[in-house]
Amino acid sequence: MQAHSELPPDGIPHGLPHRDAVGGYDEGAPGAQEAGPLVRPYVIAQGRDHADTVQLDMISVVIAAKRAEVDEMALEPEQIRILELCRRPQSVAEVSAHLDIPVAVVKVLLSDLLNRGLALARAPYTAKSPVSRDVLQAVLDGIQRL
Amino acid sequence: MASNDSDDTQAHVPAALKILVAGGFGAGKTTLVGSVSEIAPLSTEEVMTEASYGVDDLSGVESKTTTTVALDFGRITINPTLVLYLFGTPGQERFWFMWEELSEGALGAVVIADTRRLETCFAAVDFFERRGVPFVVAVNCFEGAHTYEADEVRDALSLDPAIPVELCDARERESSKNVLVTLINRVAEQMAA
Repeated sequence: MQAHSELPPDGIPHGLPHRDAVGGYDEGAPGAQEAGPLVRPYVIAQGRDHADTVQLDMISVVIAAKRAEVDEMALEPEQIRILELCRRPQSVAEVSAHLDIPVAVVKVLLSDLLNRGLALARAPYTAKSPVSRDVLQAVLDGIQRL
Repeated sequence: MASNDSDDTQAHVPAALKILVAGGFGAGKTTLVGSVSEIAPLSTEEVMTEASYGVDDLSGVESKTTTTVALDFGRITINPTLVLYLFGTPGQERFWFMWEELSEGALGAVVIADTRRLETCFAAVDFFERRGVPFVVAVNCFEGAHTYEADEVRDALSLDPAIPVELCDARERESSKNVLVTLINRVAEQMAA
């Protein structure tokens, strides 16, 4: 959904501009000054701003615990929706997209569910757990099967 | 009833990998993601503060600059234990603060070059080059745009000869697949180096 355009619809250039190989980007590039919609999504998370102990990534995969007894009264409505959605494995990003809740808030809500034993999460491959040749081969095979 | 819940072990939860698809606005990031994804690309919107993300300090809200960033992503289930996510990453330089988090742990990246405005991918090339993130450049061939040879684009981008440059049509699954295959081979190459 590309709702805004900041590049002018320009004509076709006659040559390609060249990138300076030395690179040189300004680390402190000023961000956008546009005001975001100041809804208060964090109200859902009861003001908590960090996922307390559980480090969740955008692509941590989460699944609802099968046998857990869920006391719905003790949960936020959003958490119940998350558990329903996560009957099948979903990444944090997917939960966010499907339920239309910002990723940061999903992380807080999920962290709570994980701490209560109502859901399980699997950390993604990261720089600390790099992929093996076998995994890479599986990815290659998977893409080629598409 | 303290029986062990072995059915609930993590063995049932697949692990995820991600590939970033970067490029300027309108270069075809979401198109490429959509052409290979098994789901229609999803979009997650993040309200972020510039200084730090995810932090909501109620006392200083008025003074903070917030930015809404939409991330489009797709999914490819590789096998029951492995899921690959493709994230279209906002190309503009002002989103660098997000690239940090996004590139963390990424398998690699596809930089989509739009020859109608090649300079919009310079920032992404710089970023991945500096981070040592394996990447390939996919030149999206738009109808009506003057076409360039891969080598002309390579030259314009001053790329290391090892970085693959491939012409593609992001709308075509086969074409996008080829780009991803090239990337995975590049990742393997870089792992071996």
